[in-house]
Amino acid sequence: MAAISLKVNGRVHSVDADPETPLLYVLSDDLQLRGPKFGCGLAQCGACTVMMRGRAVRSCVLPVGAVKQEEITTLEGLGTAERPHAIQQVFMEEGAAQCGFCLSGVILTAKALLDENPKASDEQMREAMSNVLCRCFAHTRMMRAIKRYQGELA
Amino acid sequence: MKARFSRRDFLQASGALVVYFSAAPLVESLAAAQGPFATHPSHIDPEKLDSWLAVASDGTVTAYTGKCDFGQGMYTVQTQLVAEELCVSIQKVRLIQCDTSITPDQGTTSGSQSTPTNFNASGLGQAAATAREILAGMAAQKLGVPLQQVSIEEGVVSAKNGGRVSYGELIGGKHFDVAVSSTAKRRSPDEWKVLGHPIPSMDRAALMTGTFEFVHNVHVAGMVHGRVVRPPEIGATIAQLDDKSVAHIPGLIKVVVRNNFVGVVAEKQWQAAQAAKQLKVTWKPGPGLPPQKDFYDYLRKQPARDGMLVNSRDVDERLKSASQVLKATYVHPYQAHGSIGSSCAVADVQGDRATIWSATQSAYPTRQGISELIGIPVESVRVIFVRGSGCYGLNAADTVSYDAALLSQAVHRPVRVQLTRQDEFLSENYGAACVIEQRVGIDANGAIAVWDCETWAASMGGRPGYDRPGNVITGMLAGFEPEMVRPRSASEPSGDLRNGSNAVPSYMAGCVSGKCGGTGSVRSERVLTHAVKSPFLTGPLRSPLRLQNTFAHECFMDEISSHVGADPVAYRLKYLSEPRMLDVVKAAAKAANWEARPSPKRDAGGRGKAIGRGIACVAYEGDNGYAAMVAEVAVDPASGRVQPRRFVVAQDCGPVSNPDGLRNQIEGGTLQGMSRALGEEITWDGLKVTSIDWHTYHSLPLGIQVPEIECVLLDRPTAEATGAGETAITLVAAALGNAIFDATGARIREVPLTPDRITAALSSLHQTAGFRKHLPSAQPSPAAS
Repeated sequence: MAAISLKVNGRVHSVDADPETPLLYVLSDDLQLRGPKFGCGLAQCGACTVMMRGRAVRSCVLPVGAVKQEEITTLEGLGTAERPHAIQQVFMEEGAAQCGFCLSGVILTAKALLDENPKASDEQMREAMSNVLCRCFAHTRMMRAIKRYQGELA
Repeated sequence: MKARFSRRDFLQASGALVVYFSAAPLVESLAAAQGPFATHPSHIDPEKLDSWLAVASDGTVTAYTGKCDFGQGMYTVQTQLVAEELCVSIQKVRLIQCDTSITPDQGTTSGSQSTPTNFNASGLGQAAATAREILAGMAAQKLGVPLQQVSIEEGVVSAKNGGRVSYGELIGGKHFDVAVSSTAKRRSPDEWKVLGHPIPSMDRAALMTGTFEFVHNVHVAGMVHGRVVRPPEIGATIAQLDDKSVAHIPGLIKVVVRNNFVGVVAEKQWQAAQAAKQLKVTWKPGPGLPPQKDFYDYLRKQPARDGMLVNSRDVDERLKSASQVLKATYVHPYQAHGSIGSSCAVADVQGDRATIWSATQSAYPTRQGISELIGIPVESVRVIFVRGSGCYGLNAADTVSYDAALLSQAVHRPVRVQLTRQDEFLSENYGAACVIEQRVGIDANGAIAVWDCETWAASMGGRPGYDRPGNVITGMLAGFEPEMVRPRSASEPSGDLRNGSNAVPSYMAGCVSGKCGGTGSVRSERVLTHAVKSPFLTGPLRSPLRLQNTFAHECFMDEISSHVGADPVAYRLKYLSEPRMLDVVKAAAKAANWEARPSPKRDAGGRGKAIGRGIACVAYEGDNGYAAMVAEVAVDPASGRVQPRRFVVAQDCGPVSNPDGLRNQIEGGTLQGMSRALGEEITWDGLKVTSIDWHTYHSLPLGIQVPEIECVLLDRPTAEATGAGETAITLVAAALGNAIFDATGARIREVPLTPDRITAALSSLHQTAGFRKHLPSAQPSPAAS
C-alpha cells in the first residue's frame, strides 16, 4: 500500500492503495465515482473508459501507480445533469441508451476521437468504436448522437 | 442499519421521503433513501390499495411496483401509468421498484409480462384507477356535490360549483384502507394525456452524466469485497484447497468454502481479486462434455420429457398421401446473456437478518432462495432491487446475490461481490441449445396439406423461483440440486392450446379439445416437444425457445414457399388466419416496398455481391404481441460476409404506452438479434467452456455498419396491452436466414449464420449440377419419408 495522489475531474485526491491496483477500483471504490464501470476487467468492452491526456483509456487494466500526474476525467467529469457537455446533451436528446452501463465507453471513445479529429470519417469512427460494446444494442441512437455531435463541432 | 421500521412507519414518513426523492430523482442512492425495515412475510397484501400507493400531504404520489427496470423502460412507463390513472403529472409520482419490504410480490420481471400485468385490468394500473375513484368520491362528499360534477386535473378535484380540493388535502399521509377495485374505470387511450406519449426515459440525465446508481455503485458502511473461485468446468468438485496459498495477501479476511462453493473476502477489491486468482484449488474433473461437433445429434438421442402441444391424429396418414414431403432440420446453439457489466451484488448478513442489494429480476423469489441458502427465516431477509446492467433474462444477478449472502454470512460484514467476465461466461444459465425438425406434406396444387414439427431443447436448472436455489451455479455448488429433466412420454393435448414457447408454428390452426387457438389455418398438425438434460445450466434468455422455434418455423415456411414457387409474403398470408398477424405482415411488406416474387432471386448464386430480402413473423407466445420483420442484406459470396442493410419491423402490442420506449426496444432487440444470429455461440472442448470473454464470444461492437431500422407501430387502443420487448428479437435470425437465401440460394439452417457456413453452403450449391433446378433446399422426397 502507498499513499497515491490522483487528480480526477479537477480535484486532487489522496488514496491509500497498492500501486498495482487497477485505476477503476480506486475510482469506483475509493472515490465512489459512478461513471466508469466494471464491464469485463479485460479491456475488451469499454465500460471502464476514462479520459487521460485527451485519450480514451481503459481504467480496468491501468495500474493506478502508472497514472502519476496525469489528470483523469470520468463521464461525470464532463458535465452535470444541469450543465451537460454537448456530447452528453445529444445523447440525452436522442435517448441513446437502454441500460446505460456502457456509456463511458461509448461517449468517451467517440469524444476522444472527435476531439483529436473533428472531421473523422465514418470509417475512422467505426474503427475507433470497433472494440466498444453495448449489449442492449442501442447502436442506432448512439451512432446518430455521435454524428450529431460531430456536426455541432463543424 | 440498526433502526427497525415497519411499512406503516414508512408510509407515515413517506411525505418527507417523497419530497426527498423529488429533489434528487434517481441520482441519490435509492437503497439509502428507502432505509432499513423489518420484514414480515405477508405484510404487503396486493388486494389492499395502500400496498400500491401512498399520497403525501403535498400531493406527491409514491407508487410501489413489483416490476422493475433493467433499461427496458419500465420505470418511466410505469410512472406514466400511475400519473395517467391519477390525473397528475409524472413529476408528482415517485416509483419504488421491487423491494421485498415495501413493494407487492409480483414474482419475476420477465417474459414480456410487466405490461400485461400492470397495464391491463390488474396490478399497479388498477390500483391507481381505484385511488382516483376514491379520491373523486371523497372530494364530491367534501365539496357537497354529486360525483358526476367533479373533474380532476393535476391532483386537484374541482366541482362545477367552484369548490376545489387537492389530493394532499383529501388523504395526504393517511391510508386509503380500502381494497383495490376490479371495477374501477380505467382511463381509455383516447383520454390519455401522459400514457401514449413519447415521454423521454426518466433516467437519461443521470445515465449520460455518469451519476445513475447501479447495483455496482452501492456502498454500505463497513463494506468489504468478495470474489468467487468457480470450478473450471461444470460438475468439477474440490479435491484440495490450500488457503495458505493466499495467506500473504494483505487485507485478506477469509477464504470461504461451502461444499464446492469457494469465495474469498478482503478489505479491498484488488486484494480480493488477487486472492481469487492465486488461491490454490485442485479440482476433481467433472463428468466431461459431449463433443460440440456432434452435439445436436447427441441432443436428439437423450431421454426426454415430452410434450404434445397439438395433434390432429391424421398427420402420418396425410404425410403418406401428400404428393410431396419437405423435411428440414434447424439447430440453434447455446448463447449467453453476456451482460455488459459482469454481475454484482451487496449483502449484509448480521446474525439472523439479511439485506441484499441485488439486480435480480425476482426480488421475492431471491429472498426465499437466500433464506434457504443461508438458513435464516425468510421474514428476516430483505431484497432491495438496484438496477444492474441489462440482463435480457436470467443472467448472473441471482447467483451473485447468493454469492454475496454466503460470503457476508461467513465474515459478518457487508460484502460486495463482483463477478469476473470469465466467472459469468463459464457458468451462467445459457439460453438453450435446440434442434427443430420440420416436415410438411404438399398437395398437387402446392398447398400445405399437413405440418409436423418436433423439437429438442436442452435444459438444466433455470430460474430458482421460490424453492430451487440449485438452479443457478452458486446454489448448485453449495449443495442444492438443480432442476433436472425427468423423462416422461407425452400425453395427448388437452385444455387450451399452450404456445408460450412458440413451438407451434403460426400457420397451424392449433386445435386442442375442439377449440382452435392458433393463428393459422393448417389443420393437419402435430407438434411434439422434448426437453432434454443439458450438460450446462440453462435459463431464460430474451425470447427463450420462442426465438429458436421461430427461426425454424419461419425459415421453413420460406423453404416451402420457395419450393412451390410462391412469394414468401403472399404464401404466409394464405396460411395466417389471425387478423393481427395478417396486418403486421402486410404492414412490414408495405413499408419495405416488398417486391412480390419467389425466393431466391433470379440471379442468386452468382459470384458477385448478392442482395436479398427475407421476411419473418410471430405471434409472440401465441398471443402476447404480434410482429413481422423484413430484412435486407448484402452477401459477399467469396467471404460469406453478411451485411444487413435495413430492417423494417411492424409491431402490434395493443395500445402503445410510450412510442419512444417501444421504438428503443424494437431497435435494440433487432440489433441484439442480429448479433445473436450472426456470431454468438457458446463453445466448449471435451471438458470446459471455451467462450469465456469478448474475444471468444462474439458480440457485434458499436463499430459495425449499423443497418437502418424502420419501425411501424400499429396502435390498437382498444386491445389488451401485450409485451413488446422480446418480439422483434424473435424474428431476426429467421429474417436474415431468409434474406441470405434470397440473395444467394444458400439455406443456412444453423445459427449463427457465420461466413464459414455460408461459403460452405454456397460451394456445395455450386458443386451441384443444374444449380437452379435444385433451389428448393429443403429435402423434397416422395411421400412416406
